[in-house]
Amino acid sequence: MARMNPEINAGSMADIAFLLLVFFLVTTTMDVDTGIRRLLPPPIDPNQPPPPPVRERNVFVVLVDQNDRLLVEGELSTVRNLREQTRNWLLNPENDPTKPVREMRDIDNLGEVEVSRGVISLQNDRGTSYEMYIAVQNELAAAINDIRNELSQEKFGIRFEQLTDQDLVTAIRTAVPMAISEAEPKDIGGE
Amino acid sequence: MLIKGRFKKDSAPASQKINTASLPDIIFMLLFFFMVTTTMRETTLFVRNTLPPATEIQKLERKSLVSFIYIGTPLQTNVFGTEPRIQLNDTFASLKEIASFVESERQARPENERPIMIFSMKVDRETKMGIVTDVKQELRLVNALNINYSTTRGEVRGM
Repeated sequence: MARMNPEINAGSMADIAFLLLVFFLVTTTMDVDTGIRRLLPPPIDPNQPPPPPVRERNVFVVLVDQNDRLLVEGELSTVRNLREQTRNWLLNPENDPTKPVREMRDIDNLGEVEVSRGVISLQNDRGTSYEMYIAVQNELAAAINDIRNELSQEKFGIRFEQLTDQDLVTAIRTAVPMAISEAEPKDIGGE
Repeated sequence: MLIKGRFKKDSAPASQKINTASLPDIIFMLLFFFMVTTTMRETTLFVRNTLPPATEIQKLERKSLVSFIYIGTPLQTNVFGTEPRIQLNDTFASLKEIASFVESERQARPENERPIMIFSMKVDRETKMGIVTDVKQELRLVNALNINYSTTRGEVRGM
């Protein structure tokens, strides 16, 4: 019998490992989920008295009906104009008495800044399409992010998204709150 | 195989084989790295799930804190109809099952992570808001308030 070579050839081991590696590279996903984060209001306690109503001038009513039409403060509008309208309304540069009250507040790291007391009230119908709803949510968030960016640029010299110091982020968030309130659902136009 | 040295003439005819014995080890190390860091897609989608685009989006950094709720029209319309349905894990679910789903997802995580859990809603762009609102109401009832509307990155419709 021929004497066997005691060394096992491990040259193909690398190939096998490569094959496995490629398999895992292809089949696995590393994608990160992205989306619009929101905090839902806590459930209503029937024993609690209802919260005091917000003054009408401080509420920005955005309605989306079952045909995806947009009604902003009682007037028809489009997604394209929504960002600008929201921004103008929240900032209220002319001190219009129909637009929200602004008050001076002392915020840590920011000093005295004007804080708008405006709240955006978003109401949708059961028949509204999800895409439209996200479009509206997105534009409202964009308007608020624009204001935050401006304030951050003015106070700290960099955009809000680029702020890394958590205290500064909190300060900006307090000065420009993401005040989007969603009404209790009601069925207006049917599915 | 003998390669002549450029500078040293007539160097010793050493064996020019590179030792590749450690190559499999290196590859295995890479392999294990990928096996550990990546996760297989654990649910099979039964509903159509084309996410709407948005620009003001945030990343969900800690994947372990996220649970998904899928909503959309069933893929097999001849079997399950065309009405939008809710999918939790690997099955269709009714609205009432959301509460128990939330509870079981909470139980599956350590106690300190439960308050910061995020429920990510992956809703098909053509779904009507009715079913989404119902799901949101159910989530509110069980105090799962931290939610995420899953979207892709892109310009919104109507811009």
